[in-house]
Amino acid sequence: MTHDLRFVQGNEACVEGALYAGLEFFAGYPITPSTEIAEHLSRHLPVRGGRFIQMEDEIASICAIIGASLVGRKVMTATSGPGFSLMQEALGYAVMTEIPSVIVNVQRGGPSTGNPTHVSQGDINQARWGTHGDHAIVALTASNHQDVFAMTVEAFNIAETYRTPVILLLDEVIGHMREALRIPAQGEIPLVDRLRTSVKEGVDYHPYLAREDGRLPMSDFGGVHRYNVTGLFHDMWGFPSSNPKVVHGLIRHLVDKINHNATQLARYKEYFLDDARTVLISYGSAARSALHVVRKARSKGDRMGLLELQTLWPFPRSIVQDRCHLARRILVVEMNMGQIAESVRAAVDHPERVFLANRVDGELITPTNIRDFLRVIQGEGV
Amino acid sequence: MAMKKYLRERFFPHIWCPGCGHGTVLNGMLRAFEKLGLSRNEVVMVSGIGCSARITGYVDFHTLHTLHGRALAFATGVKMSLPGLTVVVPMGDGDALAIGGNHFIHAARRNIDLTALVLNNRIYGMTGGQYSPATGYGCLATTAPFGVIDHGFDIVRLSEAAGATFVARTTTYHVQEMSDIIGQAILHEGFSVVEIMSQCPTYFGRKNRQGDAVEMMRRFKENTTPIGSRDKADNPDLIERGIFVQKELPEYCSEYQKMMDQAMKGPSP
Repeated sequence: MTHDLRFVQGNEACVEGALYAGLEFFAGYPITPSTEIAEHLSRHLPVRGGRFIQMEDEIASICAIIGASLVGRKVMTATSGPGFSLMQEALGYAVMTEIPSVIVNVQRGGPSTGNPTHVSQGDINQARWGTHGDHAIVALTASNHQDVFAMTVEAFNIAETYRTPVILLLDEVIGHMREALRIPAQGEIPLVDRLRTSVKEGVDYHPYLAREDGRLPMSDFGGVHRYNVTGLFHDMWGFPSSNPKVVHGLIRHLVDKINHNATQLARYKEYFLDDARTVLISYGSAARSALHVVRKARSKGDRMGLLELQTLWPFPRSIVQDRCHLARRILVVEMNMGQIAESVRAAVDHPERVFLANRVDGELITPTNIRDFLRVIQGEGV
Repeated sequence: MAMKKYLRERFFPHIWCPGCGHGTVLNGMLRAFEKLGLSRNEVVMVSGIGCSARITGYVDFHTLHTLHGRALAFATGVKMSLPGLTVVVPMGDGDALAIGGNHFIHAARRNIDLTALVLNNRIYGMTGGQYSPATGYGCLATTAPFGVIDHGFDIVRLSEAAGATFVARTTTYHVQEMSDIIGQAILHEGFSVVEIMSQCPTYFGRKNRQGDAVEMMRRFKENTTPIGSRDKADNPDLIERGIFVQKELPEYCSEYQKMMDQAMKGPSP
């Protein structure tokens, strides 16, 4: 069997995943460390009949992809810290109007201009709460290029299934590091297309009337059904409404359609968790160091395991609670001031057993760093 | 009236104040659509936020009511994805030129085939009468109780300098002319801008003692003149109406198609 094996940057793995998923429209704006995604797509999309456009800023980029998605295209934009901040308003628009879209944030150090060429995982809570108003969000991440590819495909599949923006949180180390990527054969990973309405021309189509299963079939702009889309609270016609019943119903729908499916949306990997008394929880590039520590510990007979999160939002609370059930200590390894550690504490039976192993100096957290933290919490000194 | 077929009567009455010029613009615009014989399924109307942006709700096209200032960015995604669509973007003066100013000049620079209608009533009406980039020196607004001390954009000159290939100005008083110009703007292949001077008797008119809607429209009649008229030579303060720019230059989506055809022929990257 021949393999399409490549040696690529993580940003290229994301591009390959997006093309595999059927990306048709990309709009973006140059920003470190995500720029390579735009560069590669400017080359790959036109030859496939897809559209690439470099917009005047990140705000315009996310707005353009939302417009393109309404016409029926699979869409994506990619950015980093400051650009992700600029996108927050339109991200909320995509949530409110339920327009499938994929937003990649290759994280760098922040706040503000921060540390553009260095790694960070500081945007986890921004992804969750960055746009104003009550809402739910889906955010995925990955720790190696094969998973970047797979999670990019997942991001498209989830966006199309749930009619929602999906945020893919990569980081500078993943984005710029090179490693092997095997491109799966067509059909190896199932692809999802959005549900389109079966309502015939001339019959009333209600764009925001959920079916019994809660799903809202779409109709492409330019097709036979003409309807209104607005960021205001809206009724089943998509027309603005401030009727308390309508407003309440819509907010509940937007939150419930994601949070009630948290288990189905949970993507994660487990290493040696069955009998683990020390559980590491990590994600993204930090999880690479965590896995190294766990493997080394196991080779010495230590009962240590790793839960690697790939879905960060909605937070896979029940998975975390279950896998930490027997743990005497839980160490969250991340490169921020404890953004996921907080969610872990809220999820587990013994929050006092949760510790944070972090680095926020722009350098990748190393296995040695993690072992130092472990020695400290076990009272063994550094 | 045949143009009624373009209206979503289910959503009336509309939200505009009595005397607002925007209803007249809606009327003139729909007459233009009717004259062009456009089918409702091939038209997408995209708007931002503000009084003018509410036009989209009332018309039976594919309608997208978006974020303040961002209508042209959304419209760019729509148009590029399906260039066969007719995409019309009604915006207010604050929407198009303040918060949306960057998108405005870049859409013009690209010469993408969108029709931008700037409904210029020189005020933020939805929020209650604050000064906009078109209010003008010395005028009063709720955020300029001592008078505006900055200068308004000349929308026509700004559009031309930014690269728009069709630029026109008209008013709600000259409704036949307005309808005709909107029709030509839609037919034009490239980025077209039509500034439509529209009255806001509720805020701009009241704050600046310009009288009621009728009085404000009379001003449009008296203070404007066709491009190049002799009146303008006699009275340089008159504002010119008509089509200032109408030129054929490569349109963005056509250029993209050409680039795509070329890329598909070339060696795979």
